[in-house]
Amino acid sequence: MRRNWDAIWLVARREFIDQFRDWRIVVPMLLLITIFPFIADDTTRYAIGFMNRFGGDLILDNLIPFVILVIGFFPLSFTLVVALESFVGEKERGTIEPLLSSPLEDYQMYLGKLLVGIATPLFFSYFSIGIYLLLVSRRDVAFPSAYMLALIFLLTFAHAVLMVSSAIVISVQATTIRSANLLASFVVVPVAFLLQGETVLIFWGNEDVLWYAIAAVTLLAGLLVRLGLSHFKREYLLGREIDTLNFKRMWQTFQERFTGGARSIKDWYSREIPTTLRQLRQPLMIVLGLSVIAGLASYVWVIVNVPGYIEVSPDRIDGVRNFLNQNLANLDSLGDHLPAPLLFFYNARTTIFFLLAGVISFGTLGLTLFMFNIALVGGVMGAAQLIGFSPLLTFAAGILPHGIFELTAVILATAAMLRVGALLVTPQTDKSLGEILLLSLADWFKVYVGLVVPLLAVAALIEIYLTPVIIRLAFPYL
Amino acid sequence: MIETNDLSKQYNNDFWAVDGVTLNVQPGQILALLGQNGAGKTTTVRMLTALLSPTRGWARVAGFDVVKNPQEVRANVGVLTEQHGLYTRMSGEEYLEYFGKVYGLDEKTRRERSGYLLEYFGLADSAHRRSGEYSKGMKQKLALARALIHDPSVLLLDEPTSAMDPESAQLVRSEIARLRSSKRTIVMCTHNLAEAEALADTIAIIYRGRILLNGTLDQLKRDVLGPVEYEAKFAEAFELDGLELPEGVTLASRSATSLRFRVDAPQLTNPRLVSQLIARKASLVSFQEVSRKLEQVYLKTMADAQGVSHAA
Repeated sequence: MRRNWDAIWLVARREFIDQFRDWRIVVPMLLLITIFPFIADDTTRYAIGFMNRFGGDLILDNLIPFVILVIGFFPLSFTLVVALESFVGEKERGTIEPLLSSPLEDYQMYLGKLLVGIATPLFFSYFSIGIYLLLVSRRDVAFPSAYMLALIFLLTFAHAVLMVSSAIVISVQATTIRSANLLASFVVVPVAFLLQGETVLIFWGNEDVLWYAIAAVTLLAGLLVRLGLSHFKREYLLGREIDTLNFKRMWQTFQERFTGGARSIKDWYSREIPTTLRQLRQPLMIVLGLSVIAGLASYVWVIVNVPGYIEVSPDRIDGVRNFLNQNLANLDSLGDHLPAPLLFFYNARTTIFFLLAGVISFGTLGLTLFMFNIALVGGVMGAAQLIGFSPLLTFAAGILPHGIFELTAVILATAAMLRVGALLVTPQTDKSLGEILLLSLADWFKVYVGLVVPLLAVAALIEIYLTPVIIRLAFPYL
Repeated sequence: MIETNDLSKQYNNDFWAVDGVTLNVQPGQILALLGQNGAGKTTTVRMLTALLSPTRGWARVAGFDVVKNPQEVRANVGVLTEQHGLYTRMSGEEYLEYFGKVYGLDEKTRRERSGYLLEYFGLADSAHRRSGEYSKGMKQKLALARALIHDPSVLLLDEPTSAMDPESAQLVRSEIARLRSSKRTIVMCTHNLAEAEALADTIAIIYRGRILLNGTLDQLKRDVLGPVEYEAKFAEAFELDGLELPEGVTLASRSATSLRFRVDAPQLTNPRLVSQLIARKASLVSFQEVSRKLEQVYLKTMADAQGVSHAA
């Protein structure tokens, strides 16, 4: 353990020294992190003056924490260059080979670079925040609470880990510093969006919600570190594979995996689909378990909390029933407003959206979106109970007929998406990151084309033409 | 010791950078790996350093398999890479200190080795200067010192004397020769044929990933250029009529005052040939082996290989 840490520190220490000996890095960074807090302080002063004249207490109260968050992010974005060129820079300068030829373990090199990549921007961020806090303390404004400051420091730390771990993944995969710098936008822009979301949380005024942001960013950052460690191979830094993009070979690999050498559709369904489903056993169990939890939690939450927010009086219930009555009259002509093919298209598009969200977040965002959808089902059942309908009857009549197919399809697509994310962060010594992504996407498409699409098509037909009839039969008094 | 069998590396499933290389280099031997740029020398060296995994075949370096024990291989190998790969903002002393730590040397050994190497390569006076300020030759010497810092039993040297002035190059050659005498196993990739000729015990010529020739210099000369030739020079014109050549000797070429013989077994036939010449009262000035350089072997081998590949 001690020896491991020594080796990691050895790599990190050299990088630290190397950076701080280069005045071209140090001087601009020091200038930027020193000047920006003064600019921010001046801007804050004008903003506070403006709001004091025209009102806006909620913004006023949370303006300083917001500015601290921005000041923390600012140095992270421009010091990212250190992490971005950590491996590819050494490769371009020709210094990587002696290091790779040494007995250092892969993870020791990787973590050493990660440590420097995180520590340097974080030092500059905290330094910049420190200057700003010093300036704020001299003004006649409410100083943020220690709790809020701790949350923002933690969030800045999580941002640093997230950005640097992404940058190092880019640095390992890129072949030139130029391409790594171009790819940096894929780190800075999403984190800037994330920052805007967190700003909303800050101005919302509920500090505790920031914990969710910290947890989510930390989870994603952890997965990125794992991804980087899993796919860090000396060979890829020196080999030629990543220098060329062979579309023909990529297509061949995808096609071979997708068809599995099946001779006919029947052969494909009888051989390939069962094999893929067996591989999905574990993600399926996870997705099923989480869907039960999300549905039940949402149902219970609605039953327990909604009466606290909305008064559930007999008059209001009557109002809701009347509303339903008027709207259920349109159920017979549902197909005119929403044709089955369009509904199928919407559902098919949603599952693809889950996949895209899953690929960029290693399954987590796709899974969250899926759970949100299931939570809606639980919420509808809870709401039904509150207005005096049987939740089970509501489920059996309004959801189950098409849900048997639709939920099965969505659960299968989500499980396949989760597998894509899990495979990306799982070490596989004989395959590159690109190969793993290609093969796992081929598996996803196998499930999508073979099962999800037909199931969603059937579900759309039932939802448009059969479910309204069953609802009418189940709730004749509406 | 280095042993490889059918060592091969394929890129992108369609290009064999190294194809079926079989080598055996014993402790105390130097193998010179010769070939054009892109012939597969660096890829071979990288496989021997456990940096690239072979697509086919196997290699054992210092007793360790490059696939199964990559860490042990790296710990026992000193590598001089194609580019010097120095951290230019570090001083020479810091650089060797850093790699000493990377190779797990204790402080005392680090200081001794680094001091010795800096002194040996004439870098002691510049030890505290940043290596970015060094001349090309000094950088190369420092890179070689890095490869030697942990006193490895196997050395893989890619162009060890490139960019060096003649004195420094001679110094490095002496060091390589000294390392051979201390039973190190050395593989040296080079374009400097004179250097290979002077240092190498065995020579392998690689072309498009395949070893075309592998053997001692004498073997290669014999295989590529044919039997050894000897030249007799005379003070005055010598008439060949009536001269009976011993068995295994053929006349290769002649001029008025010289004769060239191709000889299969010089130890056996040369004394008889010289006796005959003297018996014929030839005004013999000298009788010596015709010098044949590795360069001739290399160029002929390459010309043949390219001819074959063009014909194909």
